[in-house]
Amino acid sequence: MLKLMREHIKGYEKQAVLSPILIVLEVICELLLPLIMAEIVDVAIPAGDVGYIFLLGAEMVALALASMACGVGAAKAAAFASQGFGGNLRQALFDKVQTFSFADIDRFSSASLITRITNDVNVMTMMLAMGLRMLIRAPMMLVTALVVSIVLNAKLAMVLVVVIPVMTVIIAVVMKICTRLFEILQTKLDHLNNTLQENLVAVRVVKAFVRENHERKKFKRANDDLTQAGLSVGLRIVAIMPVMMLCMNGALVAVLYFGGRMVMGGSFQLGDLQAFTGYITQILMSVMMVAMTLLQLSRSQACAQRINEVLEATPDIQDGQNAQSAKLPAPKGKVELRKVSFKYTASGTGDDVLKDIDLTVEPGQFVAIVGGTGVGKSSLVNLIPRFYDPTGGQVLLDGMDVRDYPLDDLRARIGMVLQNNVLFTGTVRENLLWGKPDATQEELDRAAKDAQAYGFIMSLPQGYDTLLDQGGVNLSGGQKQRLCIARAMLKQPAVLILDDSTSAVDSATEAAIRKSFRENLKGTTVIMIAQRISSVRYADRIVILEDDHIAGQGTHEELLENNAIYQEIYQSQQEGVSE
Amino acid sequence: MPPGRVPRGGYQKPQNMGKTLRRLIGYLTKSPLPLALVLTCLLCSVGTNLAGTYLMRGIINDFIWSGCTDYAGLGSSILKLIGIYLLGCLATYGQSAVMVRLAQKGVNKLRYDLFDKLQKLPLSYFDRHPHGELMSRFTNDADNVQTALEQSMVSMISSCLMFVGLVVMMLVINWKLFLVTVVVLALTMAVFKVLGGKSRKYYQAQQAALGEVNGNIQEMIEGLKVVKAFTHEEQAKADFQRLNETYRDAAQKANFYSTTIMPISGNLMNVSYALTACFGGVLAVLQGFDLGGMIIYLNLARQVGQPLNQISQQMTAVLSALAGAERIFAVMDTPPEVDEGKVHLTRVSGREWAWKKEDGTLVPLKGDVRFENVDFSYVPGKRILHGISLYATPGQKIAFVGSTGAGKTTITNLINRFYELEGGRITYDGIDVRDIAKDDLRASLGMVLQDTHLFTGTVMDNIRYGRLDATDEECIAAAKTANAHSFIRRLPQGYQTVVTGDGANLSQGQRQLLAIARAAVADPPVMILDEATSSIDTRTEKHIEAGMDALMEGRTVFVIAHRLSTVRNSNCIVVIENGQIEEKGDHAALLEEKGRYYRLYTGQFQLS
Repeated sequence: MLKLMREHIKGYEKQAVLSPILIVLEVICELLLPLIMAEIVDVAIPAGDVGYIFLLGAEMVALALASMACGVGAAKAAAFASQGFGGNLRQALFDKVQTFSFADIDRFSSASLITRITNDVNVMTMMLAMGLRMLIRAPMMLVTALVVSIVLNAKLAMVLVVVIPVMTVIIAVVMKICTRLFEILQTKLDHLNNTLQENLVAVRVVKAFVRENHERKKFKRANDDLTQAGLSVGLRIVAIMPVMMLCMNGALVAVLYFGGRMVMGGSFQLGDLQAFTGYITQILMSVMMVAMTLLQLSRSQACAQRINEVLEATPDIQDGQNAQSAKLPAPKGKVELRKVSFKYTASGTGDDVLKDIDLTVEPGQFVAIVGGTGVGKSSLVNLIPRFYDPTGGQVLLDGMDVRDYPLDDLRARIGMVLQNNVLFTGTVRENLLWGKPDATQEELDRAAKDAQAYGFIMSLPQGYDTLLDQGGVNLSGGQKQRLCIARAMLKQPAVLILDDSTSAVDSATEAAIRKSFRENLKGTTVIMIAQRISSVRYADRIVILEDDHIAGQGTHEELLENNAIYQEIYQSQQEGVSE
Repeated sequence: MPPGRVPRGGYQKPQNMGKTLRRLIGYLTKSPLPLALVLTCLLCSVGTNLAGTYLMRGIINDFIWSGCTDYAGLGSSILKLIGIYLLGCLATYGQSAVMVRLAQKGVNKLRYDLFDKLQKLPLSYFDRHPHGELMSRFTNDADNVQTALEQSMVSMISSCLMFVGLVVMMLVINWKLFLVTVVVLALTMAVFKVLGGKSRKYYQAQQAALGEVNGNIQEMIEGLKVVKAFTHEEQAKADFQRLNETYRDAAQKANFYSTTIMPISGNLMNVSYALTACFGGVLAVLQGFDLGGMIIYLNLARQVGQPLNQISQQMTAVLSALAGAERIFAVMDTPPEVDEGKVHLTRVSGREWAWKKEDGTLVPLKGDVRFENVDFSYVPGKRILHGISLYATPGQKIAFVGSTGAGKTTITNLINRFYELEGGRITYDGIDVRDIAKDDLRASLGMVLQDTHLFTGTVMDNIRYGRLDATDEECIAAAKTANAHSFIRRLPQGYQTVVTGDGANLSQGQRQLLAIARAAVADPPVMILDEATSSIDTRTEKHIEAGMDALMEGRTVFVIAHRLSTVRNSNCIVVIENGQIEEKGDHAALLEEKGRYYRLYTGQFQLS
């Protein structure tokens, strides 16, 4: 955790050092006050010296003001250092995640990455803010007050020898119990939230099956469990305060009694006794603070761990060693797979998804890939832009192994429309410009028309400048798919890959899109995954994937002639056509 | 907070504090007894605290500073002091323990009532309110209410009492010295007001900036694969940097103003301490002010800032809790789904269902569904369906086709009264659906939706969701009907494999198969399939069809599908465009007509 802090405090080192120094000064000023106070009671008042009283009073006010100035300065430095650190850390994580491969993303999961960048960083930031103030202030108070009180009256300070260990043990025991209970509480809370979220997301299912009562029972169980856990934590936590107060007041009373006897016996002075009680309070408060802060610190240890996991992860797909100096072939769009095998290492069952696949796609060809659910069609096309690396064999683009390309150059040659259409908050135009940041209006129009998106874009309230909320909830599935296609076409790639990305587009529109591919993307290699025969029948070649291998390829007519699987697919879609 | 969900928004003031507070206290307890107990404990703990301090004056004046050596008297006074402090601790614990119990129970009931209400709200409510928003009623708002009930409210009351007590004692001890204290107190309050206001202002700015940063993180991480596909990493970093810096700047200011209150108010108290010591000393010299009184006064002057600090801190917590409670109550006050249906439906045995007339006689259910001139709009004024009339006689399969947004799903959502009609009526075996008890109506209509939703639990549990009393054998039979049996068997623990709500470990197609199995186990007399096979490849779909045909034999089915191969064998195909029926008829007749269906159907071949 310290290493994390040291590395990401950059730019705020000065504040990070200044803050503790100012706090030390603040504490010193504050601790001097009771001593001067004792002087007033023991010396000035008995002597009746009003002038001396005023002088000492003025000293005290000056010290208090100085302490205030130091305190404000420390607060400012700590705020800047901690929030600056938080900003740096957040940026570092975000930047790091940008280098992750698909496999890395799968391994961490989006939800967990988001939690790490938001929640965990916030915990660390708060930790530093608190640590800078409390972890300096409290021990400083403790030590100084301890020294002064021993100097004032070492015998009386023996009270502390009893009270401090008692308090520490009580705090430690209660905290240990509560930490465990807090963990239980957190699981119960997660459970409740999960039940709730599923209920909300599936509200139609719940209503359709009239399962409201079933859901109520489920929620009631989760809710009662949570309350039970909350009670067992709460009832113990609230005991801490009174017990601490008891310790503190006990110590005060003891000091008053023993100190009082000393004063009565003449071996101690009233003003010093008053000062001594002040220090006792400070000391015990500080013990509590240190304990609380240390507890927080141990909790944030887990967050630091989770952040480090991300920062220290080595992205499993990086530029090859010679990538930067590699001489790149001219972009033509030839794709070759040689003896390619692939399996998901992070998730999945460990079985090969693809095995010894050999496939060559010539520049400008239109190749379609068909096959059942889960046979590895998406996995296959994901190997081309190196979203994943094959576990065996090699993938070549324009005659060069994709691993020898710099990643940016490789992906610049490939336009990809993914299965899950993601659009981003922003206008239609901003989303399309992802394909080509400096595209002209003509290029935009052209891509939109080619993807059959122009018409509906124009019918949107502000055309290209219509804002897409939350990734386009205001668009239909088919409209989103067409925008994603336009975005990829704008890139004018050598290879265009469509991963089942016209499923929500009706057949007539899809045919029009295919027509524009044919006419306007003559030199572009198109690789398309699709379910419908109508989508693939005009492909130059249709590749059939079955289990983990290629079970046949050829044109529509050839496959109809000699491939049983294709015939079956065709039959399942053609039955009942009165031709 | 569930992972992946991030808080947005900020500090809000409640609109109607009094009313909300009264309603909230109603949740705490119905009887005044526990509250009286809490109040007694509270008074006791504040009282002992003050009494303890006051007792010290006597101890100092009568014993320590009196010049006598009455150790026994000192001892007994000290014992009294110990007794008082013990009593105070017990009272504090008693009060907290009672409050924790009340608050936990109260919030438990609050959450349950809110959930209960959600189950009664119409679908249109969920359309208008994002899940995240409803979730935060349970998480943020309920949490704030709990903290406020458990600690803040009591702490505020006790701080007020404490403050009053301290002031009274100071006045009693020496009213002249109090003049000094008043000046510093006024200053402290001014500091709280100014810095508190600033801190709140910057806190709001910080929350707004945080919302943007979190929103950006969520969007960019969830869309990371697209970012990489378009090598958009550098741009994403730059965008994030801009938001992150705005947030950092706002957070630095907000953090500064909120942490600076402590040293300023604390040291103002030190100033007050210094001035009191100074003037107290002068009074002692010139007017014979007793030293015991002065020392006690000093202690009091030191303490008096604390309750003010507490009040200013807890005020924010209490206000935001009240605002949260207000939002919770707003959900609770939303009118629920209308259900005044009197006619009941029951499953007689196995596949037999029957209408239960008010006099108790049973009439077998047939499954005849009719739309008569149905008009509908989600938003008043924006009509989605115009004059839809159609019928399905028992055992018929009716298919809806048409482009996206034409209103196909809307039609099916009206049969089971997910939404209320605007005009016309829908009858079920001749009975207006509005006259049928809603739960019975829905139980008799099986629905398989395009977006499949599973619940965390085993595969078996998820299938059984269709009919809670189904046996394992019946669930497996349903899975076989849906062609899901073979893939389930290959899962690590077969039917006992635990799936998560978002079904992350299953493919979209597999989830659809489970959803079909779920509907199959329910075995309802009328079935609605809304794009139920869209993610299943056509060969698998073909295999399901046989099972489905057996299942649906003699039952009425409504099908919405994009793939025309799915709808071809329907008794009647209804082509919907712009909320109106454009064509109706069977496959052959519609092809004959050479209308829209013909174009849709042959569109697949238009390039040939």
